[in-house]
Amino acid sequence: MSLIDLANPTRFLALAARLLPWLALVTVGLLAAGLYLSAVAPDDYQQGATVKIMFIHVPNAWLSMFVWGVMSIASLGTLVWRHPLADVAAKAAAPIGASFTFLALLTGSLWGRPMWGTYWEWDARLTSVLILFLMYLGLMALWRSVEDPTRAARAAAVLTLVGAINLPIIKFSVDWWNTLHQPASVMRMGGPALDKSFLIPLLVMAVGFSFLFITLHVAAMRNEILRRRVRSLQMMQARAYPGSAPASGATGQIVGAA
Amino acid sequence: MTALGALIRRDIRIALRIGGGALIGVLFFLTVVVLMPFAVGPDLALLTRLGPAILWLGALLSSLLTLDRLFTADHEDGSLDLIVMSRTPLELACAAKALAHWLAAGLPLVIATPVLGLLLNLDATATGAVALTLLAGTPALTFIGMIGAALAVTMHRGGLLLAVLVLPLSIPVLIFGVAASQAAIVGPLPFGAPFSILCALSLVSFVIGPFAAATSLRNGLD
Amino acid sequence: MQLSPRLFGRDVRCVRGGREVFTGLAFEAGAGEALAVTGHNGAGKTSLLRLIAGLLLPAGGTIAIESGEGELTVPEQAHYLGHRDALKPALSVAENLTFWADFLGGGTIRPIPDCLAAVGIAHTIDLPAAYLSAGQRRRLSLARLLAVPRLLWLLDEPTAALDVAGQAMFAGLMREHLAGGGLIVAATHGPLGIDTSELRIGN
Repeated sequence: MSLIDLANPTRFLALAARLLPWLALVTVGLLAAGLYLSAVAPDDYQQGATVKIMFIHVPNAWLSMFVWGVMSIASLGTLVWRHPLADVAAKAAAPIGASFTFLALLTGSLWGRPMWGTYWEWDARLTSVLILFLMYLGLMALWRSVEDPTRAARAAAVLTLVGAINLPIIKFSVDWWNTLHQPASVMRMGGPALDKSFLIPLLVMAVGFSFLFITLHVAAMRNEILRRRVRSLQMMQARAYPGSAPASGATGQIVGAA
Repeated sequence: MTALGALIRRDIRIALRIGGGALIGVLFFLTVVVLMPFAVGPDLALLTRLGPAILWLGALLSSLLTLDRLFTADHEDGSLDLIVMSRTPLELACAAKALAHWLAAGLPLVIATPVLGLLLNLDATATGAVALTLLAGTPALTFIGMIGAALAVTMHRGGLLLAVLVLPLSIPVLIFGVAASQAAIVGPLPFGAPFSILCALSLVSFVIGPFAAATSLRNGLD
Repeated sequence: MQLSPRLFGRDVRCVRGGREVFTGLAFEAGAGEALAVTGHNGAGKTSLLRLIAGLLLPAGGTIAIESGEGELTVPEQAHYLGHRDALKPALSVAENLTFWADFLGGGTIRPIPDCLAAVGIAHTIDLPAAYLSAGQRRRLSLARLLAVPRLLWLLDEPTAALDVAGQAMFAGLMREHLAGGGLIVAATHGPLGIDTSELRIGN
C-alpha cells in the first residue's frame, strides 16, 4: 500500500473527525424526540400498547433494505469506478445492516407473539427479512474468510450486486409461496392506512434511525481505514531488515504515524 | 498434557480467527433449517412434528461439511508431518484435534438450536430435548467424521467423497438422536432408553474414531 | 560410561508408487557429524529423509539410533524441516513458535524471544505470520529447531529461500548443534557452510 492510496482516505478521516460529533448529536436528539412521541402516541383500539413496537420495527425493516442499497452502490464503486473508499464503505455497512435486520426480526417476532400466539410465523414479510438476514451473514462470512481486504472486496461486491438483483425475485417467490399455502393471510403488519398520530412519531423514528445508520457507518468506515493502516504498517514492520531498526523504535513509528 | 492442550488451543484459535470456519457451520445449519419450510410448506403443526428431524439433519450435514479441512489444512502446510513424528501418541493428537473442532464448530450448533426451535414452533420441552440430544450426539458425529477427514488426506480428496463415506456411518446416531427427541416430546417410549444408546454411541466413537484416523494417517502420508 | 549416539541405516530400500527409488543403501553418522545427502533430482533425497523421519515406510532394511535417548524411536528424537514451513498464517509469530515448543517440547524449552533473536526475526514477534516473507518464514521454522532440543536434525534443502546472511547465520546454528553432540542429515544441492561427509545416492 503506497502513500497515494492513503491520500483520499486521509481526507475522509479528517472529515469524519469533524462530522461525527454533530451526527451523533442529531441522532440522539431525533431518537429521543421519536421515543417521546412514540410514548405519548395513543394505543391502538385492536392491538393495545403492542402497536408501539411498530415504531422500532418499521424503521429497522426499512433500514435493513436501505443498507443493502448503500452496499450495492458502494459495490458499483468498487467494480466500476475503483474508488479507494468504496470497498471500505461496503465492508463497514454489512455488520450494521445485519444488526438492523436482526432488530427488525426480533421486534417482528415480539410483535407477532400477542397476535399469532407464537414468536414465529412463516409470514411472507418476516420470511423475506429472514432471508435478507441470512444473506447479510453470508456476506460477512465472505469478508471474514479472506485476510487481505482488497482481495475480498471484489468477491463481496459481486455477491452484493447479485443479491440486489435477486432480492426482489426472492421477495416475489416468498409472497407466492406464502399465498399458495395460506390463502387467508393473517393480519398484515403496518398497513398503509395509518392515522396521523402514528405517522408522525414513525417518521421521526425513521429519520432518527437513518441518522443512526449514517453515524455508525462513518464511524465504522473510520475504524476500517485505521485497521487497514495498522495492517500495512505491520507489514512494513515485518519487512524492516533485522538490525537496521530496533523493535522498540519500529513500534514507536506506528504510534506516531497512526 | 501440555502438548494436547497446546494443540486444542491452537486449533480453536485458528477456527475463530479471520479465515477460520467455525461460524460458517452455524450459518449453514441456519440456512438448511430455513430452507425446509419452503419445501414442506409453512404449516406450523407440520413443522412442529418434523422439527427434531429437521434440526438433526441440519446439524448432521453441517458438522460433516466443516470436518473437511480437519486434517487437510495441516497436511498442506506440513504441520501434519511434525504431529505424526512427535512424542505425543498420534491417537491422542487426533482426539485432541477432534475435540477442538467440536468445541469450535459442534458446540455452537447446540447453542443455536433454541433459536432455530423458535422458527420451527417447538415449545420449551421439545427445544430442550433436541438441544440435549445434539449435545450428546454431535461429538459422535465429529469423531466418526474424523475418520473420513483422515481418509481425505490419504486420497487427496475431500468434500463430497467424505460425505459419502461418513454419512452411512452416522445413521445410528441420527436414528437414536431423533428417537430420543421424539420420545421426550410425544412419547410413547421413555426418553432414557434411546438417549442412553445415543450416549453409548458417542462413547464408542471416542475410541474408534481416533484409532481409525491415526491408522489412516500413518499409512497415508507420502 | 555414556556411549555417544550413532545414527545408522543398513540395506535400506525405498519403493514409491511401484518404482524402486534406491536399494541397498547404507549410511552412518556419529555424534557431532553432519551427513550431506546429494544426488540428482528424483534420486530420492527427500524420500531418504522422510524414511528416517518415519513418514515413509521402508520397503526393506533398518534405520536406528544407537545409544540415543531411552526407548524413543528415531522420529521422536528428530526435528524434520521439510519444504513446507508448518506455519499458520492466522497466528502470530510468537503463537506459532510457542505452539510447536509446547507440542514438541515437554520441559526443556528455550525462551521464545531468544529463539527468534537467534534467527534474526525478533522484531516480528507479535505480527501475524501471514505478513512474513518466504525467507522470514524459513527463519521462523528454523527457530523451532532451537526452541526444542532434539538429537537429530533432518533438513530438506534448508538454505532454500534464505539470503546470504541467513545462510551464514544458519551455518552457525548448525555448528553449535554439532558441537553440542548433535547429528545432522541434510539433503542439499549447494554447500551448507559446515564440514560434512557426503552421502551420494542415485547414479
